[in-house]
Amino acid sequence: MTSSNTPSQIVVVGNGMVGHHFVEQLHQALPSAKIIVLSGEPRLAYDRVHLSEYFSGKSAEELAMTTPELYDSWGVEHHCNAYVDNIDKAAKVVTTKSGETYSYDKLVLATGSYPFVPPIPGHDQEHCLVYRTIEDLEGIEASAKESKVGVVVGGGLLGLEAANALKEAGLETHVVEFAPQLMAVQLDEGGGRLLKNKIEDLGVKVHTSKATSEIVAGENCRFRMNFQGDDYLETDMILFSAGIRPSDQLARSFDLEIGERGGIVIDNQCKTSDPDIYAIGECALWQNRIFGLVAPGYTMARAAVSHLIGGDTEFEGADMSTKLKLLGVEVGSIGDSHAKTPGAQSYTYENQPQGIYKKIVVDEQSNTLLGAVLVGDSSEFDTLLQYSLNSIALPEFPETLILPSTEGAAPTLGADALPDSASICSCHNVTKGDIIATIDAGTTDFAGIKSCTKASTGCGGCTALLKNVVDAELEKRGVEVKKDICEHFAYSRQELFHLIKVNKIKTFDDLLAQYGKGLGCDICKPAVGSILASTWNDYILEKDHVSLQDTNDTYLGNMQKDGTYSIVPRMAGGEVKPEGLILIGEIARDYKLYTKVTGGQRIDLFGAKVNQLPEIWEKLIAGGFETGHAYAKALRTVKSCVGSTWCRYGVQDSVGAAIEVENRYKGLRAPHKMKMAVSGCTRECAEAQSKDVGIIATENGWNLYVCGNGGMKPRHADLFATDLDKETLIKYIDRFWMFYIRTADRLQRTATWMDNLEGGLDYLKDVIINDSLGIAEELEAQMQHVVDTYQCEWKTAVEDEKSRKRFRRFVNSELDDNSVVFVEERGQIRPATEAEKLSDINIIDATETSEA
Amino acid sequence: MSIEWHNVCGTDDLVINSGVCALLNGQQIAIFKVGTAPDAGIYAVDNFDPQGKAQVIYRGIIGSIGDKTVVASPLYKQHFDLASGECIESPDQKLQVWPVRVQGNSVQIGTGAN
Ligand SMILES: Cc1cc2nc3c(=O)[nH]c(=O)nc-3n(C[C@H](O)[C@H](O)[C@H](O)COP(=O)(O)OP(=O)(O)OC[C@H]3O[C@@H](n4cnc5c(N)ncnc54)[C@H](O)[C@@H]3O)c2cc1C
Repeated sequence: MTSSNTPSQIVVVGNGMVGHHFVEQLHQALPSAKIIVLSGEPRLAYDRVHLSEYFSGKSAEELAMTTPELYDSWGVEHHCNAYVDNIDKAAKVVTTKSGETYSYDKLVLATGSYPFVPPIPGHDQEHCLVYRTIEDLEGIEASAKESKVGVVVGGGLLGLEAANALKEAGLETHVVEFAPQLMAVQLDEGGGRLLKNKIEDLGVKVHTSKATSEIVAGENCRFRMNFQGDDYLETDMILFSAGIRPSDQLARSFDLEIGERGGIVIDNQCKTSDPDIYAIGECALWQNRIFGLVAPGYTMARAAVSHLIGGDTEFEGADMSTKLKLLGVEVGSIGDSHAKTPGAQSYTYENQPQGIYKKIVVDEQSNTLLGAVLVGDSSEFDTLLQYSLNSIALPEFPETLILPSTEGAAPTLGADALPDSASICSCHNVTKGDIIATIDAGTTDFAGIKSCTKASTGCGGCTALLKNVVDAELEKRGVEVKKDICEHFAYSRQELFHLIKVNKIKTFDDLLAQYGKGLGCDICKPAVGSILASTWNDYILEKDHVSLQDTNDTYLGNMQKDGTYSIVPRMAGGEVKPEGLILIGEIARDYKLYTKVTGGQRIDLFGAKVNQLPEIWEKLIAGGFETGHAYAKALRTVKSCVGSTWCRYGVQDSVGAAIEVENRYKGLRAPHKMKMAVSGCTRECAEAQSKDVGIIATENGWNLYVCGNGGMKPRHADLFATDLDKETLIKYIDRFWMFYIRTADRLQRTATWMDNLEGGLDYLKDVIINDSLGIAEELEAQMQHVVDTYQCEWKTAVEDEKSRKRFRRFVNSELDDNSVVFVEERGQIRPATEAEKLSDINIIDATETSEA
Repeated sequence: MSIEWHNVCGTDDLVINSGVCALLNGQQIAIFKVGTAPDAGIYAVDNFDPQGKAQVIYRGIIGSIGDKTVVASPLYKQHFDLASGECIESPDQKLQVWPVRVQGNSVQIGTGAN
């Protein structure tokens, strides 16, 4: 950075998305830069890409990308309604419409573009509108209120988004397109046809190959649009979305070079023909191209900043592939979707009953992917984009990339056994093949692979599986697999466990100071919190530990999608007294909580707000309940069948045994949740073989099963030992749990843990039953310590004023959180959807549910 | 264009390396205290998680990514840079950042007077 020759005053004309990005980047790179922002709009930059969300209730404030305060705090001077209409290049001064002048050392034009309105006679009247700014949307909203029928002129990307807005506003909606198909820029003919069918199925009428010749007064509606030929359409309002034109008026008037069809000509540094003036974003023309997407604009902004501060980042064009959902239809377009490259060949898959169209375009030799079109199902988009962007060699039969998978065989254990078509992340439709492609393309760290593929960034349920696949693939390629838990500790969970135990470390801060770097994160903090808990078993909301816990642990409840919590009192073995049920019922009724019986034989109460939790728990505890640890990576439940006490077939008291073990291990923190069950006979009604630890009664005692699980990849437990007496049974389970807690990786359930132990089940038997490592006694002692120091966290929390303070919703107000909104369904509450929140109907006022 | 400062809570209301939520003119603001220095390391950002669409950010875990101080949303765990409000995983998501300072024992949030 050569700050010595950094210009002292930089004026930015236009504060759209790109102009703002420029300001932000420049401020970050050079906080001392003197920046003046002149926004032609009445406000500062907002998120135009998500403009349509204004119709689903996003306010202008929520769309804002900056605020006057933020710019102030950066020392950026800013003016709104400051439309620049004069540049004096010699004096280096710009003037706004209202006559204000600003002198510059460097000028940046980020004036964006404006909607093109075809000069059809009659286009220029009320209720003929465009779709670009917040003011435009206010106008559309007002006009829609007085209209029944709406027409969008233009069937491109923006036109379809606009059509969606009209449809949502309840209008009979039409799209009129001049070309013979929709989205002619991105899609081929087949894709366009399918998209048209799908959109018409949704109730939007599409008229292609229609040129409007005039707009006149209508008979049944406000207007009548006459088309060439003798067709016409009646409508109350018209939205023009027929393309954009670069806002290059300043360049035209003040003699900067512009392209033949408009656009301010720039070089790789984003300089215009005047070396002191830059142009970026949609107003700029680079190698005769306008880039109508925000990402290339951002890249230009960074190139201009780089040039200003003496760096060498250049703008070198941009990929225009897009994936989006239009009117709920998935659409993807990659690269040369029209197969214009000489010699290009294509493969097409069309499934009319399901409304799916997929095409890939490959080069002459079928070596690389040139482009693709996806309509109706864009799940292959990420993979295809990887192929095309990185010129990854195509498989022998490229069509397999878009053909539905025919792999019937269920995948067996282990990452290697999975076929490439196996879906690893179902939220983002990432297959093992996608991950391999990403690794092949050069990404070899877990976080990088996550952010490339998006795998595991949705519900997160596949994290462990993803890690296995990645590790296995990397190992195959000879890359050393780091077991580092995260960037803050160069140790695995197991190593951290040993460090904590051997060095008697009691707090995260001490561990970080001695063995880590940075501040920690949401991966290492809860992991260390869990290790500290299972090693020393302090109260987890102790001052030193609070900040380590995941929100579920901090607030001792399971956070739901709307930010409320669910409450699960412990019911050991699924046994509950009538008084207990009545109390739970009363609480659920008084606080209007949604009530459901869980698979773990207990009751879950949903919809409690954070500030109600202590009050509710106080009542539960007074009634004899304890926390059920449903929020924790800890023992959840011990499920049981009714056993020999009542059942004709039972051979042992399974309920009694379940209650005994549940009370023994309750609160035990572990790398993942732990589940157990006890069945009273071999009929196995408690489904013990699907649990981490399962116990099945025999005539002679108890059989012990380990490492089963349900969930995403169900696995039957392995028989571990037979006909045990109760004492030996407990001893083995003590050892088993502690060994698991000590040596498993973060978020590794028992099955994966055992599969990754060299020697597997036999080794585990050796350690637990034969004490081959000589640690059995130590494991038991550690478990006994945890058992002896058990406390109900909720009891501790409600009794402690300081802890209770943590549950205040606002530090400065007793008001209720009015963002939590419920509606009624089947006689109970459920969270309102976004649409329901806006519509205001049947909303149950959450603020009146508190009876306290 | 001057900044108007509002007392929202006392410095002892903050929990070290953790968040609280303040209500200012109907707006929910998450306030975080990073590190033990008495008047440094305080950040204020929108409490609304744009991905999870819920007012939950203050209940996230604080950490660092490289040299950025971040909070992880408690719902879907995406990270926001506390200094800029920017989401690390998807830069098009952004939390508004509020000016914040300590005066005596009070934590103050700034809003613009326009
Ligand atoms: C509804 C909609 C949906 C979109 N969806 C997507 C999408 O999904 N993905 C995507 O990548 N892109 C999308 N886009 C395009 C994206 O919004 C643009 O690429 C981006 O906004 C371009 O940024 P910009 O700063 O160059 O221009 P703009 O955001 O248009 O900003 C230019 C600003 O300069 C101002 N200005 C112009 N002339 C002057 C002057 N003389 N003096 C002062 N100020 C002036 C204008 O008023 C405007 O505020 C969408 C656009 C719209 C309208």
